[in-house]
Amino acid sequence: MSIEPSSLEIDFLASSTLALADPQLRRNFRRAMDGLMAKRAACFPDPAEWTRTQALGAAIRAKNLLILPELLERLERNLTKNGITVHWAGTVDQANQTVLELLQARGAKALVKGKSMVSEEMGLNHFLAAHGIEALESDLGEYIIQLDGEMPSHIIMPAIHKNKDQIARLFSERIKHAKYTEEVDELTAMARAVLRQKFLDADAGLSGVNFAVAETGTLCLVENEGNGRMSTHVPRLHIALMGLEKVVERLEEVAPLYSLLTRSATGQAISTYLNLISGPRGGGEQDGPREVHLVILDNGRSRIYQDPELRTTLACIRCGACMNHCPVYTRIGGHAYQAVYPGPIGSILTPQVEGVGLRHELPHASSLCGACEEVCPVKIPITHLLIRLRRESSHSRPGGTVLGAGTARSGLEDLAWAMWGWVLGHPGAYRISSWCATRFGRLLPAGLPLLAAWTRTRSKPLPGRRSLQERARAKGVPHV
Amino acid sequence: MAAPHREPVVREVYFYATCLVDLFFPDAGMAGIDLLQAAGVRVILPRGQTCCGQPAFNCGYWEQARTVALSQIALFPRDLPVVLPSGSCAGMMKTQYPELFHGRPEEAAVKALAGRVFELTQFLVDQLDLKLEDLGQPVKVTLHSSCHAQREQGVLDQPKALLRQLRNVELVELERERECCGFGGAFSVREPGLAAAMACDKAEDARRTGAELVLSTDGGCLMNIGGTLDRLGPGPATRHIAQFLWERTHVH
Repeated sequence: MSIEPSSLEIDFLASSTLALADPQLRRNFRRAMDGLMAKRAACFPDPAEWTRTQALGAAIRAKNLLILPELLERLERNLTKNGITVHWAGTVDQANQTVLELLQARGAKALVKGKSMVSEEMGLNHFLAAHGIEALESDLGEYIIQLDGEMPSHIIMPAIHKNKDQIARLFSERIKHAKYTEEVDELTAMARAVLRQKFLDADAGLSGVNFAVAETGTLCLVENEGNGRMSTHVPRLHIALMGLEKVVERLEEVAPLYSLLTRSATGQAISTYLNLISGPRGGGEQDGPREVHLVILDNGRSRIYQDPELRTTLACIRCGACMNHCPVYTRIGGHAYQAVYPGPIGSILTPQVEGVGLRHELPHASSLCGACEEVCPVKIPITHLLIRLRRESSHSRPGGTVLGAGTARSGLEDLAWAMWGWVLGHPGAYRISSWCATRFGRLLPAGLPLLAAWTRTRSKPLPGRRSLQERARAKGVPHV
Repeated sequence: MAAPHREPVVREVYFYATCLVDLFFPDAGMAGIDLLQAAGVRVILPRGQTCCGQPAFNCGYWEQARTVALSQIALFPRDLPVVLPSGSCAGMMKTQYPELFHGRPEEAAVKALAGRVFELTQFLVDQLDLKLEDLGQPVKVTLHSSCHAQREQGVLDQPKALLRQLRNVELVELERERECCGFGGAFSVREPGLAAAMACDKAEDARRTGAELVLSTDGGCLMNIGGTLDRLGPGPATRHIAQFLWERTHVH
């Protein structure tokens, strides 16, 4: 299943229904998410330590966001001092154009990519392909889905929706001279053989950024496969992409955030690689790129930033723990969200970026169970923000900064809530309703709207013969 | 050595039925009142109770939620604990009311109320240190603690502590004890497919335990899990924990 956000009508109900009906997909996700949850839990055995570390992570991100505009200026100054050129992009179009111009000016035809969710946000691969430039994903998961023409289904593990057999089939069909094998080591070696040559041949490398340190002008890149180091190290040109929220003030703040990130994401105490990129190849150095450029993307972030409550969305360090622990994500996977960022973080981020009217279904794609918030390493109040965005989608207010606020308002829903509010706000009306419900509620046909959605898979709820309040009163419980 | 008998400090409480218990689980509500009374607590069931307002709050209709909440807040004028047979509605009063009235004239009153709100099993254990004696036949049960009970109220150990006092009751834990059952109020009708998938998984989990009864602190979850179990065929029945505790410990 391949879904591009722009090419299909956005209908979460339809796409989630489709995903729910795919037993293979559900098995793949359940198994993968169970594994990730267990690994994370093993990394935080002491609840007190977790609470402390989480509070520290939240405090660092909150402080950095508070002084974000100033931090971004400092970051640019110090990156420039280090020989890294900074480009600002307000929109994804501007970001794409910047990358294209950098490549074209150097005659680059082949780009090798480390993992970057911002590049997914930009739709960079398609954009470059349309301009005759090949962008090859070098992260194994990204490579797999690129072969199959898919989008990532998870922000950390983009091919998590596929199992070994599906990858074996894909490789045997799409990699030249590949033989069919289900041996994981052989499959990895196949991808490695293709990618090795691409690293050597590429004219440019591209990567994301996990943390950008303002005081030192350093770009931090967290990865496990070494492809990030190869992409940023071997080609003569390195282009890094980041959302403008990724900046931290001091180098020492990276340590706790990094530890929270790897433990929350994959249950690793540390990742295999942590790259601290502080500039292009210096005089006398034997390796490293000749040029390093950083593109800083806004794409709605500065609008989100204007609202102090919604701003907490930008604290995210993209660990993916919220999706790993989400009972909804676990059952439908990432593609059903039809968004670059799926799961709980996507359900609060995507509507803010694309509009709460257009994506009004996403904040409702949650039972508000709070499992995401519980594991969020920077304490983003996800359920609170989901409710906030539900409000924004149906209610606009003067001075509000949310894109598309009020545009998903429905007269029918307004009426339903007005009636609900009137009955429950008037105890007399409630008494009459509850008297009727207890006497006649059992007679309601199961096919009534709303009740039909319930009774499709459940028996009809039956009211008691007398309400509790009636019974308690009859029994002499003080009812004043 | 026997533990010294502790006199309950609280002698009087407000009982807030919640709309679901009032209409769909009146037996559970009566049992909750009975348990409190048997522990020597005077229970006041204020007149004029309707709903805590959570459905509108969760759906983003805060004006309507406030209208309803205001009519309910007025029911508890005295400085007494407010006990609810629902973790979800207790969470609404304790955690969401202060959000709903943030920056409004009622904020101080709402916060004061939030400080004296308790879910029933939480109150029985933490405030009353209730001791139970089992009078029933051997039975195997499992417990589903609602998301709001466990995550907003921190209620997971209290219902278990009460069940473990009952010598003929074997408590078997669900494999995915902390996972949502998919009720989520409006979620179950707005996203029926997802909610049903979650409810089926929870019901299957309950069946695998081999328990005869699924107990819960929350009516919404019970309605969802019970309704689904009905459709799946033979399997455990569902019961509100208050009703179960009362039936096991008192001769009727």
